[in-house]
Amino acid sequence: MRDAINYVLFGWYPYLCLTVFLVGSWLRFDREQYTWRSGSSQLLRRRQLSWGSNLFHIGILVIFMGHFVGLLTPIWVFDMLGVSHTFKQWMAIVVGGVAGVMCFAGMTLLVHRRLFDSRIRATSSFGDIAILLMLYAQLMLGLSTIFVSLDHLDGHEMVKFMTWAQGILMLQPGVSSQVANAHIIFKLHLLLGMTLFLVFPFTRLVHIWSAPVWYLGRRGYQIVRTRKGSHAASSAAAMHYTVRAKRPS
Amino acid sequence: MSHFLDRLTFFRRPSEPFADGHGITTSEDRRWEDGYRKRWQHDKIVRSTHGANCTGSCSWKIYVKGGIVTWETQQTDYPRTRPELPNHEPRGCSRGASYSWYLYSGNRVKYPLVRSRLLRLWREARVMRTPVAAWASIVEDAAKRETYTSRRGLGGFVRAQWDEVTEIIAAANAYTIRKHGPDRIIGFSPIPAMSMVSYAAGSRYLSLIGGVCMSFYDWYCDLPPSSPQTWGEQTDVPESADWYNSGFLILWGSNVPQTRTPDAHFYTEARYRGAKSVVISPDYSEASKFADLWISVKQGTDAALAMAMGHVILREFYLDRQAKYFEDYVRQYTDMPMLVKLAEQNGRLVPDRQLRASDFADNLGETNNPEWKTVAFDETSESIVVPRGSVGFRWGEKGKWNLEEKDSEGRDTDLRLSFAMSHDEFANVGFPYFGNREHDHFQGTDHPDVLMRKVPVKRVKLKDGEALVATVFDLMAANYGLERGFGDPNVAKSYDEIAPYTPAWAEKITGVPRDQIITVAREFALNAEKTKGRSMIIIGAAMNHWYHCDMNYRGVINMLVMCGCVGQSGGGWSHYVGQEKLRPQSGWLPLAFGLDWGRPPRQQNSTSFFYAHTDQWRYETVGIEEILSPTAPAGSWDGALIDYNVRAERMGWLPSAPQLRQNSLDLAKKAEAAGLEAKDYVAKGLKSGELQMACEDPDHPDNWPRNMFVWRSNILGSSGKGHEYFLKHLLGTTHGVQGKDLGETGRQKPKEVAWRDKGPEGKLDLLVTLDFRMSTTCVYSDIVLPTATWYEKNDLNTSDMHPFIHPLTAAVDPSWEARSDWEIYKAIAKKFSKVAPEVLGVEKDVVLTPIQHDSVNEIAQAIDVKDWKKGEVEPIPGKTMPAVAVIERDYPNIYKRFTSLGPLMDKLGNAVKGMAWNTQHEVELLKRLNGVVTEAGASQGLAKIDTDIDATEVILSLAPETNGEVAVKAWAALSQTTGLDHRHLAIPKEDEKIRFRDVVAQPRKIISAPTWSGLESEKVCYNAGYTNVHELIPWRTLSGRQQLYQDHLWMRAFGEALCVYRPPVDLKTVKPVIDSKPNGEKQIVLNFITPHQKWGIHSTYTDNLLMLTLSRGGPIVWISENDAAQAGIADNDWIEAYNANGALTARAVVSQRVKDGMCLMYHAQEKIVNVPGSEITGQRGGIHNSVTRTVVKPTHMIGGYAQLAYGFNYYGTIGTNRDEFVIIRKMSKVDWLDTPNPDQPANLDAVAKLEAAE
Repeated sequence: MRDAINYVLFGWYPYLCLTVFLVGSWLRFDREQYTWRSGSSQLLRRRQLSWGSNLFHIGILVIFMGHFVGLLTPIWVFDMLGVSHTFKQWMAIVVGGVAGVMCFAGMTLLVHRRLFDSRIRATSSFGDIAILLMLYAQLMLGLSTIFVSLDHLDGHEMVKFMTWAQGILMLQPGVSSQVANAHIIFKLHLLLGMTLFLVFPFTRLVHIWSAPVWYLGRRGYQIVRTRKGSHAASSAAAMHYTVRAKRPS
Repeated sequence: MSHFLDRLTFFRRPSEPFADGHGITTSEDRRWEDGYRKRWQHDKIVRSTHGANCTGSCSWKIYVKGGIVTWETQQTDYPRTRPELPNHEPRGCSRGASYSWYLYSGNRVKYPLVRSRLLRLWREARVMRTPVAAWASIVEDAAKRETYTSRRGLGGFVRAQWDEVTEIIAAANAYTIRKHGPDRIIGFSPIPAMSMVSYAAGSRYLSLIGGVCMSFYDWYCDLPPSSPQTWGEQTDVPESADWYNSGFLILWGSNVPQTRTPDAHFYTEARYRGAKSVVISPDYSEASKFADLWISVKQGTDAALAMAMGHVILREFYLDRQAKYFEDYVRQYTDMPMLVKLAEQNGRLVPDRQLRASDFADNLGETNNPEWKTVAFDETSESIVVPRGSVGFRWGEKGKWNLEEKDSEGRDTDLRLSFAMSHDEFANVGFPYFGNREHDHFQGTDHPDVLMRKVPVKRVKLKDGEALVATVFDLMAANYGLERGFGDPNVAKSYDEIAPYTPAWAEKITGVPRDQIITVAREFALNAEKTKGRSMIIIGAAMNHWYHCDMNYRGVINMLVMCGCVGQSGGGWSHYVGQEKLRPQSGWLPLAFGLDWGRPPRQQNSTSFFYAHTDQWRYETVGIEEILSPTAPAGSWDGALIDYNVRAERMGWLPSAPQLRQNSLDLAKKAEAAGLEAKDYVAKGLKSGELQMACEDPDHPDNWPRNMFVWRSNILGSSGKGHEYFLKHLLGTTHGVQGKDLGETGRQKPKEVAWRDKGPEGKLDLLVTLDFRMSTTCVYSDIVLPTATWYEKNDLNTSDMHPFIHPLTAAVDPSWEARSDWEIYKAIAKKFSKVAPEVLGVEKDVVLTPIQHDSVNEIAQAIDVKDWKKGEVEPIPGKTMPAVAVIERDYPNIYKRFTSLGPLMDKLGNAVKGMAWNTQHEVELLKRLNGVVTEAGASQGLAKIDTDIDATEVILSLAPETNGEVAVKAWAALSQTTGLDHRHLAIPKEDEKIRFRDVVAQPRKIISAPTWSGLESEKVCYNAGYTNVHELIPWRTLSGRQQLYQDHLWMRAFGEALCVYRPPVDLKTVKPVIDSKPNGEKQIVLNFITPHQKWGIHSTYTDNLLMLTLSRGGPIVWISENDAAQAGIADNDWIEAYNANGALTARAVVSQRVKDGMCLMYHAQEKIVNVPGSEITGQRGGIHNSVTRTVVKPTHMIGGYAQLAYGFNYYGTIGTNRDEFVIIRKMSKVDWLDTPNPDQPANLDAVAKLEAAE
């Protein structure tokens, strides 16, 4: 029974979450373009936002990169580079810890602002408050894992999570057994993490997809979005403009 | 196909760089742009406008999308003006542009609402009783009645059904008519021009049942009585386009860019064209920025400024040098050459009345109305002649009522303006001086009460002996204090001498440097002389709201008349305050007042009515001795202000409603029983005392108004001067009156009016309000009916600011359960016809009306004032007392009458302003246009008036302004009286007929009609008095000319025969309360000024969220920096303004704009948004009128005397309010009074029980 539950939660549930995450994001992007936004409340009140938002975003980006690289880089790559598991564990604790504290400070400000600033509270949806509190809880769980990790600094637990994460992505639901004996805090952290993927398309988190990274490599200062081509043909208004734009011959 | 998939174009990157790689081309999806396109897409655009409180009359596009009104923008399809004149469009302002907010706002009245306590009583009573009996059982039981009347304004509304509320209203009306008389049912609705059919709906219903329509223009204090006094015209002004023709524009207390926003562009354009502009305003208003010179005058002293300017003009253009254009103008168009008798008084001479033909032995050959023909001295024949045009020529003879320079016999005349060169002697004549009266806040001078002046006079032999006479011009020059070389020791030798009315004297009173006064007067006149009258004065309400407003206005009018500006393009008097010209007036009158079924209608002047019935007279602080002239002719000038009103009603000068203590339905029967005609019966009964005028005892329950309708109005939230007295006495609910009445303070009580120690509280049985928003008035009503907004009904709208006629059209159907005003009153009429037969059948109603201006009776009371009650004369209806008429009321058929055009149009024709014509052709037209009633009964065979559009067609077909054929008939009718052919003004447009659909398609210009004194043509802009000057049609005054000398006995008694400076009156409302309820904060006493505002009225109200957002979100009072510092008030502090009348709460706006010593509270800021409780009254805040009280003026009551005769909204007492002072202090505790209302849960329970029982 225990195994079965473990299999469902860490073997199947990840696929449910990833499917909803990907398909849900796609559907929302296609069908609800006007809801595709970060839902900033900066216009309503700046107070607490500059510090809160910046601390939170810097912290969470570092944490995200740490998780991404740490969990999904194949182990042999680390081995080849000569990065020991202990060193990696220490890196995770120190870098993750610093970023986590920054993120915690930022989120505390944001949570306070969202719940106790009457103007912000009044304009918040259930989703706005819920996602913030979920992230807050997830962050605290993540920070709590540091204390567990201090008990096994050799990094073997970490390797299990890497194996699990990579196994899941390699379509091996059986790797759920890797985390069967992990500490309850880790399990909760994993579960809430997966749930964040699950609710992702229904919240303001979708703005992550549209992080403005393309500016970085953009060529040219003036962009002309042409009406020529297939899209123009589908739009009567565009046709009209195209025709008008032509010079009489 | 898919936003996502379409981005996956890895193999096709159409990126073509250009501009050396600085630009790139992409084929990104652009469909997101459609979102912005759709934002402004719509299903349809409908033409409408804003229909109750704005003079702008701007045509708007109303956008509808998915059945919802989304926004509005300005229409731009006005017909072009002629070359060289700027076009009218765009017209509109931010207030109008935010109106659509109301349609779906939380403040919309969505369902019929009724006070739950009343509904409970009604349902209980209706179980066992018929409707009228049910109503009787409620209002005849004082305890039951009080349960709901005492809770007015305190919440407790429940939703009701149309059927049930109309039955309550119908039953209340029927009961009141049977028990007390139809004149106890009153209705208040203002400014019909803005939505004439909506107005007409209520007034037609009221007129058909014999109810009373209340006036508004005088009550709002927008009526300048100086206009009827001078011109015999309610108000007539140039359209705003005519500003462009002006060379010199004075804006005097008018804030054009703020309150006449759509017209302001003409002001800008006139400035570009080169017109000079002076703005006279105590505060640095928006208009001040346009000015070449801003004159900051002490508020309330405008007359002094105008008198000094008149002094300069007379000095430099009449005496030092004679400007020919000016002299010719005043000789032909004013009464300046007319002769005035001088009378002996206490050893001195004073100007008496104007001489008449009847004063001479042979009546100077006049047989028709010789006592109404003024006389002048003719230079050609060296004799006294009777110039044509005086009112005596208007009635009883034809062809001589015109302004040709001829005498009665047709001989050419050249009237002498002054006897300076041909005097028999110089007489010492006394003129009253009021500038020496003490006032805590206004500077005066210590000149004597009576100023003695030397006047050149002639000795004339009259019927009863020799008399000294002078010309009006010579009297005016003397009154202005001009040195003329007569060796007069009292007049000023130079402008710098401080003597009335020099610039130096005015500097002392007004605070305006004398140089400014001299320069402005000189340049104003010089421009007029060079351009033949193109100097104009634009006036706002500011000057007219003072008790002695007539002096402010007549001072200005004198300047304009002296400079020959009135009636000339680009010149004249432009009083733009709320008269909102109802252009197709003569077509509208029959519809609105049911003249097609019975004449005359009952109409009442609201100021006198509310003064009496909100019991403001019981608190009167102004005594007659304070306003009486030191040169008043001998007589008993005693009593209180209300006594003068009672005398005026008695003598047929002012209307009275309720009229008699007795029910008017019973009188006809009693007269018949006595074998007398109704008029003789009434006259006899009044004389014997068997009948009593209701005005003599306004507090007797028999004389109370019982039912009141309010529609298109927010009387309790805006115009109700003495708001707290309304609450206390008329409504009988919680109020904030602080002062004590005459009884409590032991002051002199009125003589003519019965005094009751306890003033009645709660005179009204039922207050019904129709509105689309939950206004302050709705909050205090018993029944609130949801009406259509301005975008949900069909109607018509015109203005004095431009010549177009605009429609309101229904962009969408009325939302929720709302209905148009027309449909609501139709429904009430229908229900009334069903309910009334319980107590009413076909009845005879005896109607009393005052002596009407523009009727033959306007020359009823020549020479002297005689009161029948004092036995000075017999009571003769229509002559020495009100006229008496008997009208048949068919109560069971009110609905049928309401919805058809009655037979009197066919039988009696139509008439306006003394001209009458036949309308049979138009009635036939309407039968074909609207269809004929086929249903058997009282209206079978008559033209239908079923829908609001039918109603508009009635107006448009009958009015000369919109039906060229009628215009020709009307001009022909006038031509007969004047003896000059005016038809050429309309013949080119004879075939033009404007219909409702025409104005929906595009705004149309009206056709020139004799209803108005201006022309609308391809050559001139509309300008008031234009036809008087250019067509030689007399003004409708005593002399037929611009009447500058007011010779009525009461005018002379109250010192206003000629224009003088009169300081504001002391209303004594500060001292009794200033230390009554200290809160520890410093206090300051300021003059309370209530101008029109920037964020409300004129198209929308102050509860509009968009406007509140632009302003401060609630009521505000502006005070100057110095005054604020003195009282320890900082900007945005909560403050309280209070006096004996009540209190109001607001936030302070501390601004350099405001002059020290005054505060500004924009009027009509609602009590329903952001208003905390008052520390003084314990009640919620109050409105601007919480600190005011109406004070009536005897000279406004005069009647039966040519231009000084009553007309609805034309003459009568006005609700002045600017002489008021308030105490302002910071609030120490802001209490929102937001604890639950104990009334509410009980109500809910009760209603739940009622509903369960059904």
